[in-house]
Amino acid sequence: MKRSNAPVYWSLFGAGGMLAALVAPGVVLVLIAGGIGYREIHALATNLIGKAFLFAVASLFLWHAAHRIFHALHDFGIRAGPVAWLLCYGVAIAGTLVSASALFAIGF
Amino acid sequence: MAARRTYTRPMTGWWKRDPFFIRYMAREATAIFVYLYAIVLVAGLSALANGQESFEAWLAMLRSPLGIAFQLVCLAVFAYHTWSWFVIMPKTMPPVVVAGKRVSGGTLTGAGVAAAVLATLVIVALAGLKP
Repeated sequence: MKRSNAPVYWSLFGAGGMLAALVAPGVVLVLIAGGIGYREIHALATNLIGKAFLFAVASLFLWHAAHRIFHALHDFGIRAGPVAWLLCYGVAIAGTLVSASALFAIGF
Repeated sequence: MAARRTYTRPMTGWWKRDPFFIRYMAREATAIFVYLYAIVLVAGLSALANGQESFEAWLAMLRSPLGIAFQLVCLAVFAYHTWSWFVIMPKTMPPVVVAGKRVSGGTLTGAGVAAAVLATLVIVALAGLKP
């Protein structure tokens, strides 16, 4: 039997949803308040834990949203086709790659 | 032979029929803002890798009136995501048993929301903001 890749998507959805539930309001608050600038965020991005946090937030939020939107399309009366797949999971893959390469380029 | 014109029950606006469905749709719709916000964050990381000037331009975009309005909507939507995520959590996870008794859904929801409030306070404190 061919193994299904559904659990992978589902885990990424769950992990992203949990991370968003815990930290998304805090992240938005900090960016709205505007107390931090380039220096602070660059320092965060060069720290290993900070880098992992930024990567997790950017990529898992995307995977969570991609999966949820893709599966809710039917409920909104939209037929899910290849274009929808690309806009959801394709964007999540692209966003993950862009975040990873950006954080790698910033250095350690 | 003419095509049969059978009655098809219209499905437009089906979810407005029941408050349970409305809550379901509201919950799913939060993902649209998570999606847009995540794209903004990815753009921010990309700008950060491009150097200070590029990153300052990204920050300026966030601080424009439109940027602030977008973030305020996101804040409200994310707070709702947090709430709805932990309301559903007890139904999506295996039962938690403590001392031979099943922990109630309400307790799990409360613990989740409390964890989110704590995480928010920690993030705000780490960022050095005065609450």
